[in-house]
Amino acid sequence: MNLSNTAVASETRWQAVCLASDLVADSGVVVWHEGEQVALFYLPGQGQELYAVGNRDPRSGANIIGRGLVASLGATVVVAAPLYKQHFCLQNGNCLEDQTQRLPVWPVRIHGVTVELGQRLR
Amino acid sequence: MQATANEAQRARLVIVGNGMVGHHCVEQLIERGATAHFELHVFGEERQRAYDRVHLSEYFTGSCAETLALCAPDYYSRHGVHLHLGEAVLDIDRERQELLTAEGRLGYDQLILATGSYPFVPPIEGSSGNARLVYRTLEDLDAIRAAAADARRGVVVGGGLLGLEAANALKSLGLEAHVVEFAPRLMPVQLDSEGGAALKARIEALGVGVHLSRATQSISAGEQYRYRMNFDGGEHLETDLIVFSAGIRPQDALGRACGLEIAARGGVVIDNQCKTSDPRIFAIGECASWNGSVFGLVAPGYAMARNLAARLLGEAADDFTGADMSTKLKLLGVDVGSIGDAHGATPGARSYRFIDEANSAYRRLVVDASGKQVLGAVLVGDNSYYDTLLQYAQNGIALPADPAALILPQGGGAPALGADALPDSATICSCHNVSKGAVCAAIDSGCADLAAVKGCTKAASGCGGCAALLKQVFEHELTARGVTVDKSLCEHFAYTRQELYALVRVEGIRTFSELLERHGKGHVGCDICKPAVGNILASCWNQPIMDPALVPLQDTNDTFMANMQKNGTYSVVPRIPGGEITPQKLIVIGQVAQKYDLYTKITGGQRIDLFGAQLHELPLIWGELIAAGFETGHAYGKSTRTVKSCVGSTWCRYGVQDSVAMALRLEDRYKGLRSPHKLKFAVSGCTRECAEAQSKDIGVIATDKGWNLYVCGNGGMRPRHAELFATDLDDETLVRLIDRVLMFYIRTADKLQRTSVWREGLEGGLDYLKQVVIDDSLGLAAELEAQMQLVVDRYECEWANALGDPEKLKRFRTFVNDQRADPDVHFVRERGQRRPAAPLQLIPTHEEAM
Repeated sequence: MNLSNTAVASETRWQAVCLASDLVADSGVVVWHEGEQVALFYLPGQGQELYAVGNRDPRSGANIIGRGLVASLGATVVVAAPLYKQHFCLQNGNCLEDQTQRLPVWPVRIHGVTVELGQRLR
Repeated sequence: MQATANEAQRARLVIVGNGMVGHHCVEQLIERGATAHFELHVFGEERQRAYDRVHLSEYFTGSCAETLALCAPDYYSRHGVHLHLGEAVLDIDRERQELLTAEGRLGYDQLILATGSYPFVPPIEGSSGNARLVYRTLEDLDAIRAAAADARRGVVVGGGLLGLEAANALKSLGLEAHVVEFAPRLMPVQLDSEGGAALKARIEALGVGVHLSRATQSISAGEQYRYRMNFDGGEHLETDLIVFSAGIRPQDALGRACGLEIAARGGVVIDNQCKTSDPRIFAIGECASWNGSVFGLVAPGYAMARNLAARLLGEAADDFTGADMSTKLKLLGVDVGSIGDAHGATPGARSYRFIDEANSAYRRLVVDASGKQVLGAVLVGDNSYYDTLLQYAQNGIALPADPAALILPQGGGAPALGADALPDSATICSCHNVSKGAVCAAIDSGCADLAAVKGCTKAASGCGGCAALLKQVFEHELTARGVTVDKSLCEHFAYTRQELYALVRVEGIRTFSELLERHGKGHVGCDICKPAVGNILASCWNQPIMDPALVPLQDTNDTFMANMQKNGTYSVVPRIPGGEITPQKLIVIGQVAQKYDLYTKITGGQRIDLFGAQLHELPLIWGELIAAGFETGHAYGKSTRTVKSCVGSTWCRYGVQDSVAMALRLEDRYKGLRSPHKLKFAVSGCTRECAEAQSKDIGVIATDKGWNLYVCGNGGMRPRHAELFATDLDDETLVRLIDRVLMFYIRTADKLQRTSVWREGLEGGLDYLKQVVIDDSLGLAAELEAQMQLVVDRYECEWANALGDPEKLKRFRTFVNDQRADPDVHFVRERGQRRPAAPLQLIPTHEEAM
């Protein structure tokens, strides 16, 4: 099963960041990764089970995206930022309400018992 | 009173009187752009700006001058209208076109008299002071309230519409109320003798004394009460105060003094254009006499105001040619309706009557000689027949073969004339003269909900009597346009919150996924349905919100059981029940705050809020607080927050009950309750109300006999006073009623709806809520109490629960793979504490950017 974000370069260098058991089902956790904060969202049983986006909310400047609520709006899986409730697509990091806001996205996969990140896409 | 320079070119239009009709005239003028042509001045004798006299008795049941006001405080100034309040016009000099007040003189080009009426007080020997009160203005009501303070019994002289309103006011002040009427029946103008008898029976059943065919000869000192009223024929009645409501007289003194033509029975004579005998002076409302009649209802006054405003601006305007005096009221909680020729005075008129002596209900239908048209009707006890009968009468709709069916009891409620049967010309709202056609036009111009239609047409914003009919027409017209009214919660559930609540209850559903699977769409849900369902599940079953199936549903504050602040840190609020705290516990809070360097502030709910904790610090902080005996304060939840209290009878020299003990009891009972929105309580130990209970969802005020319960108030953006719900309750009854009110709210409110908004949307209003909660009209009381008891029994401190479970604590890590704190959280120190540093760079959101 393909557990990773799409659009992964063929020579992706995967790096383990945490254990799969650190993930919380239907919710987010945050990892420290090479000086950056990455929010991991785990949706077991869905088409794509794992997403990795930046933890910094561009609106408030606070590192809170990983504590947002996961939602589906139409076919898009999104996270609602906890302070001002704007929605970000977990697939591409785009904000649904405001084109000027976007989150960075990482390729991510579960590899055995660990969760691995690829290089930041944008 | 000098006009400014740029006003020099405009004609000056002065309106004397700032009552309902005078204010309506100003509104109509402003709406038509009058301020471009006229310099507008309004004079009001009272200090209050225009207020709603129709609902005056609510002044004693929670409303204040501000909620009764007909417009925002800045309405006049915003539109450039000069409002002179507390400034009576003393004289009008018609030759010089000037008016005189205590402040000086002001010239006018045109002048509108809207001075209203005053209560008629018959000359009776010995009538003065508290034996000569009237019921007309807010000041009158203040005087009645003051007189009632040490009174047991009150009498109203006059059994008409206003008299019964006044009796209701006395009753709500806790007095034994009596009505004395000169005529042989109540409401002699609107009702016939059978209708009057039914109303009398109903009102007497409410404990109000009714004395008919009594003329008061004199008033002397009483033996058991302050006064004795001596009637013709030797009978007497003792009382502590007397309110006269024996009719109104047009306030035409200004008109008389300046020589305008005055009608034989009073009132400034006007023609069909509201013009007086001086072509520069107009009169509208109750001070005016048209064709020998003065109209004592608000709708005809509004019609005059509307017609005159249009005419002054050169628009095509209808003539005023009399008014329909049909009226629908709730007096002392009893439905009373009167339509058209209620007495059957039209030659050849015939009547159908329905009399139900067992329930004191009465209905009369008056039809013309041909039996095809409704001329009038009388209703006592059930106004559900009113709208249909009024439409028949006003629109000349042909009667069905058996007209009696229109007033006979029906299995499925009163017969409704479907909204589709009404012609476009049918009047829906007579206060604002809104036709069905105007409602349709509003819908066609894009009004998509009822509130928009009301805002656009003003329908149902006068007396409000047409609200049900308006809703019916609105929904019918939407359906006719192929629009279904979508009440879905969100894209995942085609149900309202209330429907989902019922499904969860009836089917015993315990998890979001179960509900989604059975009744929803998709597999994930969204940030609308997940917290709403999480909240419903908690209200029903009260399982710990940190259970794995429930955690992903909660909004972030519930998820981490703390309140997220602008920089992503949290604030922590331990419960301090009733605002009572031992010095030792206060020291612990101080020590914890100091140890974690938390910004500390006292809240409005008598608690202490500790700001600036990072995610990973929350369990550490709560470990220390719980060890010292604290519990979670639920400041993060849509749930019971605090029960504020004053110190009560244990310390205060005025206190009559132990308000702190009651606050502790209530807070302990409801502390774990989750509800559609936050709930705030307060308990005051005496009528001085230091705990501000009347601004809370549930307010309790001590009396010398027990507790008065107030419900559905709030502060915040749109403050609303709580309404008096029940009086002199013992402890157990108080708790039982609160159980029922809150569970009924939880069951029927929309998501994120405070009790105040819920209450305002309840069809049937406070009376309906009383019927359900106090009289148990739906047979729900036992179930509501049992449901509350289940929530109470399952209470558990969520933080204590989480601290005992390492799995649950895993979530309280800033980084799951690193011990560090969030390096981007920065503080600066200010006034000896820390606060968030200004952010480096923020991007405005979509809505802010717009």
